[in-house]
Amino acid sequence: MEAVDPHIEEILSSVSDPEIPVLTIVDMGIIKKVEQKEDHILIHITPTYSGCPAMDTIEDDIVKAFDEEGLKAKVKHILSPAWTTDMITDKGKQALEEYGIAAPKDASIDKAALNGEKGKIKCTHCGSMNTKMVSRFGSTACKALFQCEDCGEPFDYFKCLR
Amino acid sequence: MKEINKELLFDYIIQLGDSSMILGQRLGELCGHGPELETDIALTNISLDLFGQVRNYFQYAAEIQGEGKTEDDIAMLRYEHEYRSALLVEQPNKDFAYVIARQNFYDHYHYMLLEFLVNSKDEQIAAIARKSIKEVEYHLDFSITWMKRLGGGTEESNCRLQDAVDNLYRYTKELTTPTETEKQMAELGVGPDLTSLQASYYNSLNALLTEAEINVPKEIVFQFGGKEGRHTEYMGYILSDFQYMQRAYPNMKW
Repeated sequence: MEAVDPHIEEILSSVSDPEIPVLTIVDMGIIKKVEQKEDHILIHITPTYSGCPAMDTIEDDIVKAFDEEGLKAKVKHILSPAWTTDMITDKGKQALEEYGIAAPKDASIDKAALNGEKGKIKCTHCGSMNTKMVSRFGSTACKALFQCEDCGEPFDYFKCLR
Repeated sequence: MKEINKELLFDYIIQLGDSSMILGQRLGELCGHGPELETDIALTNISLDLFGQVRNYFQYAAEIQGEGKTEDDIAMLRYEHEYRSALLVEQPNKDFAYVIARQNFYDHYHYMLLEFLVNSKDEQIAAIARKSIKEVEYHLDFSITWMKRLGGGTEESNCRLQDAVDNLYRYTKELTTPTETEKQMAELGVGPDLTSLQASYYNSLNALLTEAEINVPKEIVFQFGGKEGRHTEYMGYILSDFQYMQRAYPNMKW
């Protein structure tokens, strides 16, 4: 995101992904541009996955957050450049880990892990590397399901997308 | 770029969206009925990706049409002969082998199509394709893995997959056989020259079948027509399910 007015950034940072409440939409990297129009603020957002059902909710939440500050905002969906997991900020990745979702790894580790190679993703519960993939598809389009073979707990891994 | 006829472009976008949409609907039927939990989630995730991509296409189509309609109108309120989906995707979920074979036949084509469309002369189509291709790469990986598992699994799973392949293979050639609209779009650099994709489509598909210990069907009478609105009997049943809410309660919203 380009540098924007701190007040606007603050409002945007109060909106989070409804499915991953610890991740603000700013940290998720989906805010691409903020434009001051004559009578409203235009927020450009890009979807994570084409079919992400959170996008409509996020749009409503943005409009509502600005409304509460007495400002009028509109949201525009843009597709290009396509979102990648590299757009998630470091703060966002840390928030994911603390929430119990393993943050996306670089492409080669990601590929190996998703091809079923064990020991690539760190368990978010106990920190063990003794983990295995259970399913390439998880509870939402952006996640895969893993399990720790030490503590036995299942956890989500945020898939690398680029 | 030459000025593109709007009606033609609209028709092309409808074609791009319809096959993915009908396949997405077929996959949606499996929600809660997948053979195991992870597969159930995978198939419905794929369905969601496809509907997301179709929504992007149809939003664009509605914009081109300029009649104030939405993507929902385009998706939900057409008659059967106006749907331009290929015959392959409307084939039923007879068993898991049919689901996987249908998916894989489509994924191979879909990925090749998107490889071209990311550089389409139409910028919006290119943007949608650049978004979609990352998702479809994942679909292809998933269906290839399952083709190998079923083919190389037990005698029963091999037999079921062979049956599915024998029955569905006849619908594959339609995917890479261009309609009049697709031919014109190829000339304008908006879409690929499908005929030129045919050889590599069958090369990679047949190589996979062989690797999965499945016999490549011979002496096939290929079936065509869906892309021109002539569907198999299954289509009417899909649409009656798909369109029910919008037909019974026009303009309803969630």
